[in-house]
Amino acid sequence: MELVQPGIGLIFWMTLSFALVLWILAKYAWKPIMKGLREREQSIEEALRSADKVREEMQQMQYSNEQLMKEAREERDSILREARKIRDSIVEEARVKASHEAGRIIENARESIRYEKMAAITDLKNQLATLSIEIAEKVLREELSQKEKHDKLIRKLIDEINFN
Amino acid sequence: MSVRTGNFSCKEVLFPVLIGWCFIILTVNRVGAADTTGGGGKEFNAGEMIVEHITDAHEWHIMDIGHTHITLPLPVILVYGGKLDVFMSSKFRHGDEVYNGFRLVTEGEMKGKIVRVLPGTTIPDPEAATPLDLSITKNVVAIFVSALLLCVVFISIARAYSRRKDHAPRGLQSLLEPLIIFIRDDIARASIGEKRYERYLPYLLTLFFFIFFNNLLGLVPIFPGGANLTGNIAVTGIMAVFTFLITTFSGNRHYWNHIFNTPGVPWWLKIPVPLMPVVELMGVFTKPFVLMVRLFANITAGHIIILGFISLVFIFGKIHVVLGYGVSLVSVGFAVFMGLLELLVAFIQAYVFTLLSALYFAMATEEHHEQANNHS
Repeated sequence: MELVQPGIGLIFWMTLSFALVLWILAKYAWKPIMKGLREREQSIEEALRSADKVREEMQQMQYSNEQLMKEAREERDSILREARKIRDSIVEEARVKASHEAGRIIENARESIRYEKMAAITDLKNQLATLSIEIAEKVLREELSQKEKHDKLIRKLIDEINFN
Repeated sequence: MSVRTGNFSCKEVLFPVLIGWCFIILTVNRVGAADTTGGGGKEFNAGEMIVEHITDAHEWHIMDIGHTHITLPLPVILVYGGKLDVFMSSKFRHGDEVYNGFRLVTEGEMKGKIVRVLPGTTIPDPEAATPLDLSITKNVVAIFVSALLLCVVFISIARAYSRRKDHAPRGLQSLLEPLIIFIRDDIARASIGEKRYERYLPYLLTLFFFIFFNNLLGLVPIFPGGANLTGNIAVTGIMAVFTFLITTFSGNRHYWNHIFNTPGVPWWLKIPVPLMPVVELMGVFTKPFVLMVRLFANITAGHIIILGFISLVFIFGKIHVVLGYGVSLVSVGFAVFMGLLELLVAFIQAYVFTLLSALYFAMATEEHHEQANNHS
C-alpha cells in the first residue's frame, strides 16, 4: 500500500526542487540554448542562401562569358570573311592590272613591229630605188644607143612594181 | 557522424548500468552466502527485498558485506506540535531505538513511517498525531542529485552555445542537442503550433529531461543511482500537478466553452442534467491523473521485474547453492534483457509524459478555427 501513498515530505521537496530546477534551467539553460540554436539555424540558412546566390551569379557569369565568347567568335568570323574578301579583291585587281599591262605591252610590241615594218619597207623602197638607179646606170652604160627605148622600158618596169 | 554519436551515447549509458549489475549481483551474492552459511541470519524474502528497493526510506542502503550494512544516514526533519526536530536517521538504529520520543516503525501498516511513542516505551502512542515528516529521504536526495546534475549539464551546454557560437556541436552538447531539437520541433512545435510553443518550451524541456535522467539514474543500481524516483507516485504526481496547473491557467475561452458547453452535442445532454459538462470536467482531472499513474506504474513495474529475476537466484540458492548459480545464468540474462528494455522505456515514458503535456497545453490554447479544422 505504501507504494501508492505519496509521502508529504517527498511532495514538499519535489515541488520545491522541481520548481527551482524549472526556474534555473529556464533562465540559465533553455534561454541561451534556444537562442544559440536559433542563431545557428539562421546562420546556416543565410550561408545556404548566399551559396545559392553565388551559384546564380556564377551561372550568370558563365552565361555572359559564353555570350562574350560567342561574340568574339562571330567577330573573328566576320573579320576572316572580310579579309578573304579583301584578298580576293586584291588578287582580282592584280590580275586585271596584269592583264591590262600585258595588253598594253602586246599593243606596244605590235605598234613597234608595225613601225619597224614600215621602216623596213621604206628602207627597202629606198634600196630598191637605189638598186633601180644602179641597174639603170648599168643599162645606160651598156645600152646607150637604145636609150629611149630603154628608158621607156625601165619606167614601165618600175611602175609595175607593186609595193604591196 | 550521427552513427558515431549514437554508439557513443549507447556506450555511455550501457557501461554504468552493466557495471552496476555486476555490483548488485556481487553484493547480493555475498549476503546470500552469508545467510546460508551463517544459518541464523534473516530469511531471504523476495517480496520484502523488492518493496524495500522501490519504496522511499529514511536512510540510503548502499550494500551489505557479510552482516555489515553499509548505509548512508539521512537527516530526519519532523514537525510535531509546532516544534521542529532535526536529527540523523542513524539515531533510530534501523528502528531498534527510540529517539526524542520518535520511533521508526519497521513492521505492519505503518512500516517506514515515523511515529510518536508513549513516554518510556517503544509502543506507538495511539492518541498522538502523526508528526509531519519533511525528512530528506532517499528519494529527496535523489531529487537533489538529479536536479544538480540537470543544472550542471544544461548550464554547461548553454555555455557551449555562447562560447562556440555558430559552430557544430561537440561532446555533451552534440549528445543532447538532438533531443532538445526533437522536443522543440516534434513535440512542442508540432502539437502546440508555431505561435505559442515557445512559452511552454522551458517547461516541456525540463519535464522531459527530469524524467529521462531520473529514469536512467533509477536503472543504475549503485549509489547515487538506483532510487526509484520516477516510480514514486508523489514525484510523478507533482509533475502531473504542474502540467494540470499550466493547462488550467492557460485555458482560453474556447477551452472552457468546450468543457461546459461542448459543441456538437445534443442539448439534452447538457440541460437539465449536465451530463456532458460533468464528464468533461472529470476529464480535466483524469488527464493528469493518468499521466501520474502511467509513469509511476511503468517504471515501478520495470524495477520489480528486474529485481524479481535477481531474487530468483537466491530463492533457488536457498534450495541448493549450485542451483542458485545455475539459475543465475538465466536470471542475469533475463535481467540484462529487461534492463535494455528499460532503457527504451526510460525514453518512451519521458517522451509520452512530455508529449501528452504538450497536447493538453495545445488543447487549452487552441483557437476556435483551429479546433474546427481538427474536428473535421
